[in-house]
Amino acid sequence: MRYIPNSPDERAEMLQQIGVGSMENLFDSIPADLRLRRELNVPNALSELELLKKFDVTAARNPAANRISFLGAGAYSHYVPTIVDSLISRSEFFTAYTPYQPEISQGTLQAIFEFQTLVCQLTGMDMANASMYDGSTAMAEAVLMAERVTRRSKVIASSAIHPEYLEVAHTYVQHAGIELQHSTHSNETGTTLADSLAGLDDKTAAVVVQSPNFFGCIEDVQALADKAHAVGALLIVVVTEAMSFGLLKSPGACGADIVVAEGQSFGVPLSFGGPYVGLFATREKYARQIPGRLVGEAYDAMGRRGFVLTLATREQHIRREKATSNICTNEGLIALAATVYLETMGPRGIEAVAKQCAQKAHYAARKISTMDGFSLPFSAPFFNEFVVRAPSEAGALLARLASEKGIDGGIALSRYDRKPNEFLVCVTETNTREQIDELVSGIESLSH
Amino acid sequence: MITKVTTHISPNERLIFDRSQPGRMGFSLPPLDVDETPLDEIIPLDFQRDDKLAGMPEVTEVDVIRHFTRISTWNYSIDQGMYPLGSCTMKYNSRLNEKVARIAGFANLHPLASEAEAQGALEVIYELQQHLAEITGLTGISLQPAAGAHGEMTGIMIIRAFIDARDGKEKSAQRRTMLIPDSAHGTNPASAHLSGFTVKTIKSTAAGLTDLNHLRELCSHGDVAGLMLTNPNTLGLFEKNIREICAIVHDAGGLVYMDGANMNALVGVARPGDMGVDVIHLNLHKTFSTPHGGGGPGSGPCCCTKELEPFLPVPRIVRDDSSTANSKSQISNYRLDFNYPKSIGRVKAFYGNYGMMLRALAYILTHGRGGLREATEAAVLNARYIAHALVSDYDKPFDGSPMHEVVFTDKRQARKGAHTLDIAKRLIDYGFHPMTIYFPLIVSGAMLIEPTESVGRLELDQFIEAMRAIAQEAQENPELLLNAPHSTRIGRLDEATAARKPVLRWKPKENVAEPRAAASP
Amino acid sequence: MANVPDNLHYSKDHEWVRVENGVAVIGITDHAQEQLGDVVYVELPKPGESFSAHESFGSVESVKAVSEIFTPVSGEIAEVNESLADEPEKVNKDPYGDGWMIKVKMGTPGEVDSLLTAAEYEDFTKAEE
Repeated sequence: MRYIPNSPDERAEMLQQIGVGSMENLFDSIPADLRLRRELNVPNALSELELLKKFDVTAARNPAANRISFLGAGAYSHYVPTIVDSLISRSEFFTAYTPYQPEISQGTLQAIFEFQTLVCQLTGMDMANASMYDGSTAMAEAVLMAERVTRRSKVIASSAIHPEYLEVAHTYVQHAGIELQHSTHSNETGTTLADSLAGLDDKTAAVVVQSPNFFGCIEDVQALADKAHAVGALLIVVVTEAMSFGLLKSPGACGADIVVAEGQSFGVPLSFGGPYVGLFATREKYARQIPGRLVGEAYDAMGRRGFVLTLATREQHIRREKATSNICTNEGLIALAATVYLETMGPRGIEAVAKQCAQKAHYAARKISTMDGFSLPFSAPFFNEFVVRAPSEAGALLARLASEKGIDGGIALSRYDRKPNEFLVCVTETNTREQIDELVSGIESLSH
Repeated sequence: MITKVTTHISPNERLIFDRSQPGRMGFSLPPLDVDETPLDEIIPLDFQRDDKLAGMPEVTEVDVIRHFTRISTWNYSIDQGMYPLGSCTMKYNSRLNEKVARIAGFANLHPLASEAEAQGALEVIYELQQHLAEITGLTGISLQPAAGAHGEMTGIMIIRAFIDARDGKEKSAQRRTMLIPDSAHGTNPASAHLSGFTVKTIKSTAAGLTDLNHLRELCSHGDVAGLMLTNPNTLGLFEKNIREICAIVHDAGGLVYMDGANMNALVGVARPGDMGVDVIHLNLHKTFSTPHGGGGPGSGPCCCTKELEPFLPVPRIVRDDSSTANSKSQISNYRLDFNYPKSIGRVKAFYGNYGMMLRALAYILTHGRGGLREATEAAVLNARYIAHALVSDYDKPFDGSPMHEVVFTDKRQARKGAHTLDIAKRLIDYGFHPMTIYFPLIVSGAMLIEPTESVGRLELDQFIEAMRAIAQEAQENPELLLNAPHSTRIGRLDEATAARKPVLRWKPKENVAEPRAAASP
Repeated sequence: MANVPDNLHYSKDHEWVRVENGVAVIGITDHAQEQLGDVVYVELPKPGESFSAHESFGSVESVKAVSEIFTPVSGEIAEVNESLADEPEKVNKDPYGDGWMIKVKMGTPGEVDSLLTAAEYEDFTKAEE
C-alpha cells in the first residue's frame, strides 16, 4: 500500500526486532473471538486512475452543479478568487495540526488572530472565536451561552430564522433546561416585529433574530435590541448570508450582544453543504463565557511577539463537564479560506460584491414582480434574497424550470412547510444579466 | 549532535494590517451589468453600513500571496514529518483525496439542489455509510456531525432518547448518570453534560484497564444511563474485558458508547459492533486521513445498532432500488428521508461536512479491503516498535502491550528537574512535533505517542534516537531541556500574561512592540 | 517549601481563614497557589451572597487548570478583593496578604474551631503528596 512507507520486508524485520512472531500476534490482547476472521466486505483497492474515473462518473450525476442557479437559503454562490484555494492548499496549512505547540504553529495562530480580527470588524463586536462548525451550530451555542450569562432559561427565537437553524437549536437545548419559544413574523413586512415578541419578560435570556432573515428581509435589529435589553435579555443576531456585512449596518452597531454567522460566502465552495464555517462574536465582558478556541497575543522571554491558544480553561479539555462547550476540532482550514478571501477582497471588494448582489437581486425582483400573477409578498427591504409568490405551485414550476430550461430558479418554500406558491430567489455577483433575463423569460414561458 | 534538522533563514512577517495601504486592492469584479438603482432606494439609509468597513486591510494580491506563504513556513506539518501525537492519528493526507474533493460536480453543488439532480452526491454519502457500517459492525449511520465532539453529543443524545422511549419520562429521570473513565478525553464529559447527564468517574486498575468491580458497584444504583469508553483506551491498551463491560452496563439497564478516536488500531481487525457496543462516533480526520487543517474541518459520523437507528439525526440518506419494466437493470434512487419521528433532530444544517466525506470515501477505496487492514497492522507495529525501543530510557507505567499508541512518563527525567513539558519542547529542536502531553490525566507527566502507519523505519529510528538523546541530556544537562526549544523563531510564550490580559484581535493604531532581535548564536 | 503561617486556620480544600472582629478573611494557601501555577483569573461572588461551610464560592484559574474554591465557614460575603480582577498574580505573590479573596460575616463563629491548625494542615499536605 503506497501510503505505508515501510515495505513488507521492512515490516517483517521490525517484527523480528521486537520479538513479535507475526502481524497477527500484534493483536494478541484482543480476545480471539473478537478478531475478524474474514476480510472486510469493502471493495478491493482502486488505483488512482480508477478512483478518479469513478468519482468523475459519480460527479456527472449532479447536473445541478453546473446549472444557472439562484439558490440561497443558507448556502451562497459567490466567486472565489484563485489564490484562496492555492494558499489553503499549501501543505503547511492544511496538513498542520491544531496549534497546541505555538513555537511551531505560528503560521496557523497568526492567521486565526487575523480571522478573529476580521470577524470583529465585520460584525461590529469586541471579540470573536476561532470558528464553530457552521452558522446553525454557532446559533445553538449562542443560545446556550445566553443561558449561562443571564442564568435565565427562556429564549425567544424569531420564526423568520432559517428553519434548519431552528431545528438545530431545538436539538441542542432539548436537555439543557432551556425553553425555546418562537415569535411570529409579520405576513406583510416579512420581518419580526419588536412589538409582537410574545413572552418577552424578565425570565428571557435572549431574543434571537436573523438578518437578513430566511425570507431575505432586513430586520430592524436596533428596535429588537432595545426591546430585549429593556428586560435584561441579550440580543443574538444570526446572519446566513455573510456578504450582507458589506452593505448593511453591523449587528454590533445595532446593539447585538452575540453575533453568529455562516461564513461560507467568504471564499468557501458550496460542496453540497459542508465543510462551512461558523463565525461567533460577542462583547468583551462575556469573554469567559464564549465557546470555542481563542487565539491571543503573547510574548516570549526575549520580547518577541507571537500568538497562542488562550483562555483555555473555558474549554472541554480542562473544565470537562463544566466547559462552555464540548467543541474541540472546529473549521480551521475553512476559517483560513475566509481569511484569505477577506484580505484579498478588502473592504472595497466586499462592498463592491455586496452592492452588485443587491443591485442584481433588485433588478431580478423588479422584473419578476411585473409578470402577470407574480408578486413579492413581503414589503420589507431585502439584500440579495427575496420571496416570490407565484400564481401556481412553486415546486412544480421550479422543477420544470430546471428540467426544461436548465435553470435552478429558487427554493420552493413548501420544502419547509410554508406556502406552496412561494419560492425564495437568491441573486449574487455571479449571476449575469443574461442569466437573470433567462430566469425571467423562463418563468414567463412556463406560466403562460 | 542533532542531525535531523538545521537552522535556516526564516522570513519575518507582521500582521496583514501592517501591509495595508489605502487604495491597494486585490480583487477583480466584472462591471455591474444591470440598471443601477440609487442605493438609498433599495436599502434605507438607516440600515446601511456607515463605517466603510474601517480597519479591514487593503492589500494587493501579491501582498496576500507573500503574507500567507511566509507565515506558512513557520508551521510544522504532516508533509514535513511525523507527529507522534497520541490520540490524534496524524497520518498522511493524500493529495488524491484533495483532488476528488475539488471535482466541480461536487464542489459546486448547492445543498438544496433537488434530489433528482444530486444523485451523485447522495450516492457518495450512501456508499460511505455502507463502508463505515461494515468497518464498525454497526448498521445505523449518520454523517451529519461535523467533528468528533459533535458525533459524541449526537451519540449520547441518542442514548438519552432511547432510554426516554423505553422507560417513559418519569422513570428515565432516575437514570441521569453517565459513567466515564478517569482516562477519558475532555469532550466526553462535556458531551454528556449537553444531554442532561451528570458524570461519575470509573477508576482504572493498576494495569490501566477499566476496574470491573468499580463498574459493577457504580451500576448497582439503578441510575446509570450509560458508559462512555474508548477502546483501545487512551493508554493505548485494548480493553480485553469489553464484552463483560458491555454486559454489566446492559444488565444494569444502560447503553455503551464508544469514543472511536482510536479506531486506527481496529480497522479490519475487530469491530465495535461485535464487542457489544451500542453507539460510537468516528473521526474521519483521524482514522480516515482527512486533513487536520490547523484545527478542522473534521467530521464525526455517529454509528449505532439497529435498535438505536430510529433516533439518528435527520435527514437520513436512503436508497430505493427498483427494477425497470424489463427487469433487466436496477435503478437506484437516492433520497433524503425525514420520516423518523423518534429522531433526536438535526445536529447541523444540511448533511454534514460533505467535503470530508468525499475524502474519507477516497481513502477507503484507495486502501481497499487489504490496504485497510494493512494500515492498521503497520500503525500498531510502529507504536510497538517505539515502545520496545524507549523502555530503556523512559518509564512505561503499564506492562500491557500497547496497540497503536503508547504512554510513558517523565518519572526518571523529573529526578533531575526536567519534566514532560521540557522533553516535549526539546523534541522540537530535534525536528519533531511533540507527542501528546499531560493526557490522559491519570498518568502523571504523560507522554502519549502515536506514530501511525505513515512513518517509515528511518524516521522512527530518528525519533527513537532523539528521545534517547533527550533522556541523556535530561541527566547530564537538563538546562538544555528547560529552555527548549532553542532553534525556533520564537521561544516559549508567556501564556499567563496572555491569559490575564487577553489581546484577541488587532486594533488600529496599536503600538506593537518591535520584535527585538535575538542574540544570534 | 510552602509557607504555612501559624496564626491561621486551614481547610482540607487548601483555603486559609484569618478572623478579624467576627469577619473571616479567606484565601488559598501557598501550597495551593504553588500547585496551580501562575494564576490568571479569579472568579469571585458578589457582596451579599451567602454560602454554607465548604460550599464552592468561586474558582481560580491558571493557564492549564481551574480549581473550585470552597469557603471553610458559612456566612454572608461582606467584601470581595476587587483588585484581583486586574492583578490575579497577587494570589501567587502574597497568598496570605494581598491575595486575599473574600471576607465573610460569619454565621457561626465557632466553626473555625473545627478547621485545621497550621501544624495539622502541614501534615495533611505532606500526606497528600
